Amino acid sequence: MRHALAALRVICHREALRFLGQRARMLAALVRPLVWLFVFAAGFRAALGLSITPPYQTYITYETYIVPGLCGMILLFNGMQSSLSLVMDREMGTMRLLLTAPLPRWWLLSCKLIAGALISVLQAYAFLAICALYGITFSPLGYVAILPALFLTALMVGALGIALSSTIKQLENFAGVMNFVIFPMFFLSTALYPLWKMAEASALLETICRLNPFSYGVESIRFALYLTPNPLAWGVCLTALIVFMALALWGYDPAKRMIGRKI
Amino acid sequence: MPLKTKMSASLLALAFALPVQASEIWVSNEKDDTLSVIDIDTLEVVRMIEVGERPRGITFNSDYTRLYICASDSDAVQVMDPETGEILHDLPSGEDPEQFVLHPDDRHLWIANEDDAVTTVVDVETRKVVTQINVGIEPEGMAVSPDGKTVITTSETTNMAHWIDTGTHEIYANTLVDARPRHAEFVKDGSELWVSSEIGGTITVFDTTDQSEIGKIHFEIQGVHPDLIQPVGFELTPDHKTAFVALGPSNHVAVVNTETLAVEEYILVGRRVWHMAFSPDHSQLFTTNGVSGDVTVIDVASRKPVKTIKVGRFPWGAAMRP
Repeated sequence: MRHALAALRVICHREALRFLGQRARMLAALVRPLVWLFVFAAGFRAALGLSITPPYQTYITYETYIVPGLCGMILLFNGMQSSLSLVMDREMGTMRLLLTAPLPRWWLLSCKLIAGALISVLQAYAFLAICALYGITFSPLGYVAILPALFLTALMVGALGIALSSTIKQLENFAGVMNFVIFPMFFLSTALYPLWKMAEASALLETICRLNPFSYGVESIRFALYLTPNPLAWGVCLTALIVFMALALWGYDPAKRMIGRKI
Repeated sequence: MPLKTKMSASLLALAFALPVQASEIWVSNEKDDTLSVIDIDTLEVVRMIEVGERPRGITFNSDYTRLYICASDSDAVQVMDPETGEILHDLPSGEDPEQFVLHPDDRHLWIANEDDAVTTVVDVETRKVVTQINVGIEPEGMAVSPDGKTVITTSETTNMAHWIDTGTHEIYANTLVDARPRHAEFVKDGSELWVSSEIGGTITVFDTTDQSEIGKIHFEIQGVHPDLIQPVGFELTPDHKTAFVALGPSNHVAVVNTETLAVEEYILVGRRVWHMAFSPDHSQLFTTNGVSGDVTVIDVASRKPVKTIKVGRFPWGAAMRP
């Protein structure tokens, strides 16, 4: 048990060091959603408030609507990046060190996942602080209530990242993941537009949004921010987390692993 | 059982037996020919009441036992018992009554007849027209000074506020305002008259002692075309320091400092906001959003919209009943 916790601490520490060491990454993680907020959302600032859908009780500006989605964006990009760094670890040989530790593999992968998620959540809060300075505020309790939602979503996308990393042979393939996983997951979700708006555009788009687990991550954050329970979103996120984690374990299983020769 | 205990028991029983009267906001729905009654505690519509055609302006008498409704297309002012929701009778109002104001004597209704370019004075007790006063074209906004000596009618097409002496029923002054004045109100204990101009996009402030213009309030919302900024209804907080102005299709309510006449903030509400009413303690403001068919509740202290409540189609006027 002591070893297990020590492993968690060390991996978190390493993840934090790596994050702090990459100033550009830290900056990019914040700049990306801020550009969306200040440039993209500002363009839609106009008179029309978004029509009221739960959890909103009244009309809101687009800038207010987009904030939970941009928190989701931080979690998604950062989670993927952190998990995919496993590919680099593998190339550098540090993974061999990690996986040979006398601890169960699921625990080591979970530690990696938790470490990445913690960093993501901190970044999401940094983003929310900037939003507050910009004038987009929420109830004080909302900021507390989103913590578990942020963490769960971060774990879910992180687990997906780990599962994907087991299939990627080289770091260069990261661009492919960006194009084929991160972008579609972000754009085909409720992060930028509410479901009813997607339904107006096309029924197919709406269906894809409904099937996208990231949508539920964003909605769990959105509802928590307004202290409204959303068991469906939580249920989907938890299920997705379990599935992605199972896939990740399967991917990193030495018996069937797809990465066997590389470690 | 000792008498005291018995008495408190009966008092308790009585308290439970009597329904607690919660404060309400009454809203006229122009296209539905109904009134929606919103419970201020639960912020839900608790009653829908059918009334005459195209109800617009609504107002209670001073003890809230009567509600007067401008049923514009029925060419009548209807008198309702707000307890039962029953229409007691109609008052002769002249054609197409749009807005009106009840004189502080609680007896005379001053009604703007949009189609006839007249202001009609009706005695609500004898139910007779006292007089009709010729005013500018398309009169709409109506206001009465707190001392009851002056009534204002604004005419939308003539772009004027007409100052009428309530004793002689004569117009004693006309003041020009910007295009399409729709709402007027005496503020700061009657020392100022504010008139909102829908097309002009301004509120003109007059000194009531000499009818001179003191200043003008202008509005500007980032990202909203100036044509959409159309001030109509407005309400002042009891300390006279802050005014809330409904800005029509810009879907915002402006918060104005009444000393500097500068806008401090804009609050997003539903579509095409026209009129407003405060809760009895003035902690909440209810706005009627015509196109979106709802009422937005604004928390006055934080100046934030807290909830939007669906009412009938095209809500127009709002009145509070404590």
